[in-house]
Amino acid sequence: MTNHADTAESQVLLKIEHLRKAYGDNVVLKDINLEVHKGEVIVIVGPSGCGKSTFLRCINALEPIQGGSVVVDGVSVHDKGTDLAQVRQKLGMVFQSYELFPHMTVLDNVALAPIVVQKRKKEIAQDEAKFLLKRVGLKDKKDSYPRQLSGGQKQRVAIVRAMAMHPEIMLFDEVTAALDPEMVREVLDVILQLAKEGKTMLIVTHEMSFARAVADRVLFFDGGDIVEEGIPEEFFEHPKTERAQKFLRTFEFDAVRHHESHA
Amino acid sequence: MELLGLDVLFMGSNAMRLLGGLWVAARISLLSILISIPLGLLFGVLMTSKNVIVRALCRFYLEVVRIMPQLVLLFIVFFGATRALGVNISAELSSIIVFVFWGTGELGDLVRGALTSIPKHQYESAEALGMSKKQVYLRIIIPQAIRRLIPNSISLATRMVKTTSLVLMIGVVEMMKVGQQIIEATRMTSPNAVFGVYGTILLLYFIICWPISMLAGRLEKKWGTN
Repeated sequence: MTNHADTAESQVLLKIEHLRKAYGDNVVLKDINLEVHKGEVIVIVGPSGCGKSTFLRCINALEPIQGGSVVVDGVSVHDKGTDLAQVRQKLGMVFQSYELFPHMTVLDNVALAPIVVQKRKKEIAQDEAKFLLKRVGLKDKKDSYPRQLSGGQKQRVAIVRAMAMHPEIMLFDEVTAALDPEMVREVLDVILQLAKEGKTMLIVTHEMSFARAVADRVLFFDGGDIVEEGIPEEFFEHPKTERAQKFLRTFEFDAVRHHESHA
Repeated sequence: MELLGLDVLFMGSNAMRLLGGLWVAARISLLSILISIPLGLLFGVLMTSKNVIVRALCRFYLEVVRIMPQLVLLFIVFFGATRALGVNISAELSSIIVFVFWGTGELGDLVRGALTSIPKHQYESAEALGMSKKQVYLRIIIPQAIRRLIPNSISLATRMVKTTSLVLMIGVVEMMKVGQQIIEATRMTSPNAVFGVYGTILLLYFIICWPISMLAGRLEKKWGTN
């Protein structure tokens, strides 16, 4: 299921070197190095509190960093003179808690940033918003308010809202973690579709079978470090490090049912 | 009519005088509310300041507003200012000063509440879309804060209207005072006037405050979040 295995020669969109993030003495990310090529889908897994969400937030400078660099399409994100508004347009982010704007209709949620940030014509931005909403099956919801939508619908709108900015890279921060199980699928299907279209993505998730299906590369974070890295088949079948093995075991269950034994 | 004491309303110009009193009450509350709005907004923003001293001063002011009964404030300003400062402030101006002092504090606290109730993630998701600080505030934060603010500030406005019934204590001839005068003047001829006059005043306050309350309720419904 890997889509862009031949990434070696393609363009590096995101380059992270020696990224360090700490809150006082509490080091959250130790020394992260990563190169993401155009069209690559990177899935980040790891136990809670391992720094994977913080990592995504450092990429688009929602969190300041204490060392190293993040370079998006040639622009160093954390440099003083960087026009953050400009860089962030290249990075579409989707949050766990959707964070739609509650005072706007679905259509306005999607079309707002293209209109006010990218100065696109209102009609054009709205037409594109409608087109994108249709693609995720929410054409009829364009005039609804976020409070009238289910969690899965809200998250699909949030994805569309990020897509409407035509970002180079999409960042997904545990986007299904707050959803009821039956709604997880509809959101993951949208992301899978994006992967098929060759979108460059960094995905933090706890959905292991999804990770396996969508990833070109899996990063295993633990204790603020990338402990293991590999293609999904390798990582999920034969994890090399003990910590990864232990982590993956937490997703398995042993049957507790007593087999009929007439002793 | 006589049993309910409503007859006095039709004697002489009593009805008109009562409405005149209503206008005084309405004028005091309207002016106070209009002045309190900009001051309250400013005070609310000050309350969210990062400066500890500014916040402490704001807190102190707000506590004074909350703890002091409005009647005491009225006496302090009207009688106290004359004695202590030697300035002669009219009763109506004193009332407006007290009501603005009160309205600014309470509205400021509502503004503070509305601003701080917007989740941090709303700022972040707007910033992540590439919006500038100004765009984030103008498009995302302030519209939401206003929606959260309006129902409560409307109910504050109705409280201010109702509380004008206290200003007769410093000699403002508003509706309550006019009512008392009518009752006094007709004590012998219409002993039931107490009921009729105060009943009418109740109705007049109701007629002013009820639509305001209804509006608050409707806005709350319309703008309910989540």
